[in-house]
Amino acid sequence: MKNAPLSLIALVNSSPRETRSLDRYDSIIVGAGHNGLACASLLARAGQKVLVVEAADEPGGLAATREFHPGYKASVAHSIGRFSEALLEALDLSAHGYQPAVRELPLVGLDESGSHVTIRSDSVTGVDNVDAKAYRDYSRQMARYADALKPFWSKTMPRIAPGGLRDMLTFAHMGWAIRRLGKADMEEFMRVASLPARDLMEEHFSSEILKATLSWDGLLGSRMAPRSPNSSVLLMLYRMAEASRGAHGIPSGGANGLIAALVRSAEASGVEIRCGTPVSGIRIDADEQGLNAVGVTTAEGEQIAAARVVSAADPQRTFVELVGVEYLDIGFTNRIRRLRCDGLVGKLHLALDGLPEFTGLKAPEGRLLIAPDVDAIEFAYDDSKYGRCSEKPVMEIVLPSLADASLAPAGHHVLSAHVMYVPRRLKDGWSETAKQAFAERCIDRIARYAPAIRDLIVHQEFLTPADLDDEYRVTGGHWHHTEFAMDQMLMMRPTYEAAQYSTPIPNLFLCGAGCHPGGDLTGLTGHNAARAILR
Amino acid sequence: MSQYDAIVIGAGHNGLTNAAYLAKAGLKVLVLEKNDYIGGAAVSRELEKGWYYSSCSYVCSMMRQAIHRDLDLSRHGLLLVPYLGTVNFGDGDERLLAYHDEEAAHLELKRHSPHDADAMHRFQTDLTRYSQLIRKTLMRTPPDPTSFKPRDIMEFLFLAKKFWAMGEKEIYEYVRFFTMSAAEFLDDYFENDMIKAAMASPGIIGTALGVYSPGSSYILLHHVMGDVDGSIGAWGLARGGMGAISQSIASALKSYDGEIRTEAGVDKLLVENRKAAGVVLENGDEIRSRIVVSNLDAKRTFTKIVDKGDLPEGIYEKAKNFKIRGSSGKVNIALSGLPKFTGVPDNPYLNRGGQGFCGSLETMERAYDCWKRGRWSDDPFIESVIPSAWDPTVAPAGKHWMSNFIQYCPPKLADGPWTPEKRDQFGQTVIDKIERYSPGFKDLIVHMEVRTPHEIENEIGLTEGNIFQGELTIDQLFFNRPFPGYGQYRMPVKNLYMSGSSTHPGGGVSAACGANAAREILKDLKRPNTVPEDDFYDE
Amino acid sequence: MTSESGTAEGRFAGERLKLSPFYPRQEELNVREAWSSWNGYKFAEYYYDTEFEYFCVRNLCGTYDICPMQKYEIKGRDAETMLNRMVTRDVRKIGLHRVAYCVWCTDEGRMIDDGTIFRLAEDRFMLTCGSPCTAWLEMSAWGFDDVTVTDVSDELSALSLQGPTSFATLKKMGLDGLETAKPFDIRLFPYHGETLMVSRTGFTGDLGYELWVDRKLGLKMWDELYAAGADYGIQPYGEAATNMARLEAAFIMPAMEFNEALRTVHFEHDQTPFELGLGWLVDFKKPHFSGRAALLAEKERGPVYTLTKLDIEGNRPAEGAHIYSNKRCTREIGYVTSAMWSPAVKANIALAMIETRYLDGPLWAEIYYEKELRHHSRVVRCTQQSKPFWTPARARATPPPEA
Repeated sequence: MKNAPLSLIALVNSSPRETRSLDRYDSIIVGAGHNGLACASLLARAGQKVLVVEAADEPGGLAATREFHPGYKASVAHSIGRFSEALLEALDLSAHGYQPAVRELPLVGLDESGSHVTIRSDSVTGVDNVDAKAYRDYSRQMARYADALKPFWSKTMPRIAPGGLRDMLTFAHMGWAIRRLGKADMEEFMRVASLPARDLMEEHFSSEILKATLSWDGLLGSRMAPRSPNSSVLLMLYRMAEASRGAHGIPSGGANGLIAALVRSAEASGVEIRCGTPVSGIRIDADEQGLNAVGVTTAEGEQIAAARVVSAADPQRTFVELVGVEYLDIGFTNRIRRLRCDGLVGKLHLALDGLPEFTGLKAPEGRLLIAPDVDAIEFAYDDSKYGRCSEKPVMEIVLPSLADASLAPAGHHVLSAHVMYVPRRLKDGWSETAKQAFAERCIDRIARYAPAIRDLIVHQEFLTPADLDDEYRVTGGHWHHTEFAMDQMLMMRPTYEAAQYSTPIPNLFLCGAGCHPGGDLTGLTGHNAARAILR
Repeated sequence: MSQYDAIVIGAGHNGLTNAAYLAKAGLKVLVLEKNDYIGGAAVSRELEKGWYYSSCSYVCSMMRQAIHRDLDLSRHGLLLVPYLGTVNFGDGDERLLAYHDEEAAHLELKRHSPHDADAMHRFQTDLTRYSQLIRKTLMRTPPDPTSFKPRDIMEFLFLAKKFWAMGEKEIYEYVRFFTMSAAEFLDDYFENDMIKAAMASPGIIGTALGVYSPGSSYILLHHVMGDVDGSIGAWGLARGGMGAISQSIASALKSYDGEIRTEAGVDKLLVENRKAAGVVLENGDEIRSRIVVSNLDAKRTFTKIVDKGDLPEGIYEKAKNFKIRGSSGKVNIALSGLPKFTGVPDNPYLNRGGQGFCGSLETMERAYDCWKRGRWSDDPFIESVIPSAWDPTVAPAGKHWMSNFIQYCPPKLADGPWTPEKRDQFGQTVIDKIERYSPGFKDLIVHMEVRTPHEIENEIGLTEGNIFQGELTIDQLFFNRPFPGYGQYRMPVKNLYMSGSSTHPGGGVSAACGANAAREILKDLKRPNTVPEDDFYDE
Repeated sequence: MTSESGTAEGRFAGERLKLSPFYPRQEELNVREAWSSWNGYKFAEYYYDTEFEYFCVRNLCGTYDICPMQKYEIKGRDAETMLNRMVTRDVRKIGLHRVAYCVWCTDEGRMIDDGTIFRLAEDRFMLTCGSPCTAWLEMSAWGFDDVTVTDVSDELSALSLQGPTSFATLKKMGLDGLETAKPFDIRLFPYHGETLMVSRTGFTGDLGYELWVDRKLGLKMWDELYAAGADYGIQPYGEAATNMARLEAAFIMPAMEFNEALRTVHFEHDQTPFELGLGWLVDFKKPHFSGRAALLAEKERGPVYTLTKLDIEGNRPAEGAHIYSNKRCTREIGYVTSAMWSPAVKANIALAMIETRYLDGPLWAEIYYEKELRHHSRVVRCTQQSKPFWTPARARATPPPEA
């Protein structure tokens, strides 16, 4: 466990076992997404009696694999970028069957004529020597910044005011970590951190496809475009924090392979997981002593008691729907209300009866990007500002069935694409026709790079953010539960008074992506929340 | 032997202010100006007989009263007059009238949305709080975050103390505000689109960002944090046009025996032993001085005036990457009478204020989308004011001149370079839009002057025609302005300083950049400080 | 919601003050043309003479126009829950046809405003307050399934009738049954096809009532009230006399005793209910309300400042005076918020915000005054008063006396 954060190891190994009554849970976790499962495991390992309740029939949330057509399966999260390595070890996931990706998925910037740009964590091909050298310098620079920030993603953020010495030390530590980069690097970091992706790229590279492709991980999943200042570099650095430097991979069994291991690990530590059990409310005890979270009520009316409730659901759903505003202060409620939760990523699933051929590509391996230049991304975003789907959508395509044959019948394949930008609220409202029309538009775009694709399509499915909201109970269908932006980060995520995983209601905690550090398949919010609860 | 103690390149208002403070401290100062008039972007020019256009900047609110008072500018002829009431025009028939009187303003807002009328109090309270914190920094030199020098540490402690004093909640709200888009920030207060559009419009003026771009709420604050005699957010006109500001500072400079030379464009900075030693003029003359202050923007200074070979490694690239994007146009119009606008009461108070043709958030954002594509919008955002309704000196009696500021206008067009024909088409777009709200407007036009970023750059030397001498985004603000490591007015070449809006606190006719630079120069030259730090705000 | 202003009807339409439904009578009675404004309404500072009007309230009865006051109707299944979470008192305890004085605070426990809540039905309330509060009410109502907030300020005619002969006047007007109405009770009367609501409330600390009726019946009500009150000395009184009466009753005013929290720029320059002596309005038996946690902490810590009722030596009104802990004025411990010479109690009275920890010691006020253009100051002793300065027994008596 040499890579695990010390604090975590200490907590897992040495926390005193709580004394408890036999019939009551110590913690109920609402939602069996990866963060909920990670949090549950850590709590159980510290001796708690833990129940995870999940609305869907399978655990996994946005990473759960589902059959979208008989024999064809996909999950919303189609690859994994930076699951916390410390957590992998702490939960012993490899012992529970987790087999990480053997190969890194390169990021491929597709070019219509076939001269693609292929980016791996240490090199880039398909560009001239100047850009290739610039990329090496750039990736080293970014890696230094990512390393400087890394410790803070797995820390509980301090509160500013009455925090006392420990909080101040976290700030001092943060300042020191950045200062330790050296004067020149620190100065550059303070400038670069808020740059729009486009400006950062313009400063380093000349290849249009390279610029667009490298921008991608600063934008994906967010309400941001290449010209949007302030948050995309931080998102890139967040995604580069693990040793993989943000390179994605598909583990054995796909994203679900990770979930399955998390479930086994959790069950091995005694966690009870009940799927198909939607929660209709978090029960609040209200008396002269004030408020106290005492359990949950399921949709069927069953009341389950616990010493605490930990919600992996997004903050809006947790506070507004499950708790109810009558138990919250008005200003706090308003801060939850104004969280920006509208997702902008749609999901296209194609069931294919063969392997599609992309012009100029030996095999469609990697994350294939249709975003020929940064303006293409910017202009695709422009449409969404007015409640329309992009005229020329940009997208990331993965064929997960290449890595995990179980996802499609033998010889068949699944194409999975994150499509930007797809508004949650279409100006004229979402309808089946509108969805199909947009899916066709996406397939047209793909066909420019894989001309024969249409002949292979057995079935197609398109999920809008509104569909993700319905299907996965994620407000707004937002991957990160709420926008990953500077004003909703660190001690402001989701808002102050709930940014340390505890909430204004005693014994109610948060552990979902709406907390620090944020979304993606990282397990970090679950980890951080468990530590805060055990502290 | 130096002929001068200091040479200031560029007689914009900041350069003049800088020179005035140096001269006041007893230095022998020369200001060099390439044009045959002074003022840079703060000018009044008689481009049509009898009409004096403030051809670039047109209103002011950021002018630091400490400088006004300290340089005794009123004795040198400066009078700043607040103007009342702006009419905001919606896409259709909506009009939002900004009354000065609080009760009237509330009733008018209530007409659009009772909720928003009420929320306006909270909005103004919050903006005032944010302004007060920022304003404390305007007349101070930013600390260096990498430095361990007592002075920098003390300055950080000073700022931290002010920051801390806001209380936990407001600290978060402040950070949030600082990084958001104007539109999203306003969503927390308002529901009515007309009100949001009117409030968001200061968030895009002069900047290559849209109302939905993160960072535009700071721009909004930058425009409303100014004041006229303590009334935050009020705008003023200079009697005699914006040139009166430059003229009065020049007059102060001369009263301290400073020298100004016009038609003296600088070609090169003279560098000896890695130290600035003077300048070479375009006509080949060499003038030597102990120090040189560039009032030009950062990009122009380091890519045109300073030889690349004289710069430490990396500075040239920093200058090249300095974001200074032209995004605004200006149309100055001489009118034979006061235009009347539809849907606005025929009320002499309202007709003397400004006009904001903001339309809606979407209209403004679409104009930005056009700019991104190298075009101008058919329906641009226009901010107008008719100074002659207040100022009897800028147009013949009974006649008027109207200043129209247009957001956005691209510095480079997608379909080839700017030509006089395209410039005129742009002007036509603007008057077509005004005509929509003021039938018969075109018949009043006596003379019209159109400035795209191309004209602004060529005439007054602002790169790309950017009115702030560099974008006001976080990567270029405070200690990052103009570049990290050079936020204290000293530049990479020894004895070279900068005093223009490329330095902290940035654009706007505030004179603070020039004054702050003078304070640092005097410190280096071991002269007593002549520059005020306090801005007389009792906060 | 009515919109009184507009751009179409005249050059200054949007800037003109609105007129109360009682304006035709007020205009006639406002001999001195002493107008100011309140919430966009043209409003009398005084009508004839402030002191005369003041004595009317203390000796006979007077009417005060409360049309400009904000009135909101809050109704729906969740109305009670929504209000109960917003204000610090327990709204569930307000009986049908009862009124309660309430305050509401930010999350930080700083006072936004005060006002009265009328329970008109199980699921219908009226909330009145001095300043517009729409945005906060809508923010408070967000997230509830069934509650609507409507600004009814311009739909009602509302008139306050205060003073010892107020009960007799209403009786003469034919409103039977008012004698059983206790303070904060509401009575409803059929009135020309509509309902006239009378609440035993007011802002003078004396016997008094407030009358609420549909806007169109306002003038008729005024006339009938004045006809009935003719023998009881009825007179209108304006802002200035109200301010005198409320100070004697030790009632607080925004922008005098407290700064509305949502309009406060500087940290903690607003006030908590405990600082204003309104701790009795904060019901910690209620499991939750907005600001509860902050106020609980404040209660445990004790308020930094306390609004204190002072009887000040001499007769010079202590307006704007600073309070010191000693006669040499070396330690400043507070400031006077409102002050005047009270004609009824013949005392030099004031409300002052004083640092709580100094309340046990001596209090001195440095008073500034002017005598024929010469300015003077004087340091005088202050005595704390535990009760409001003016507390006539008739204010609480049920049935009330007729004179």
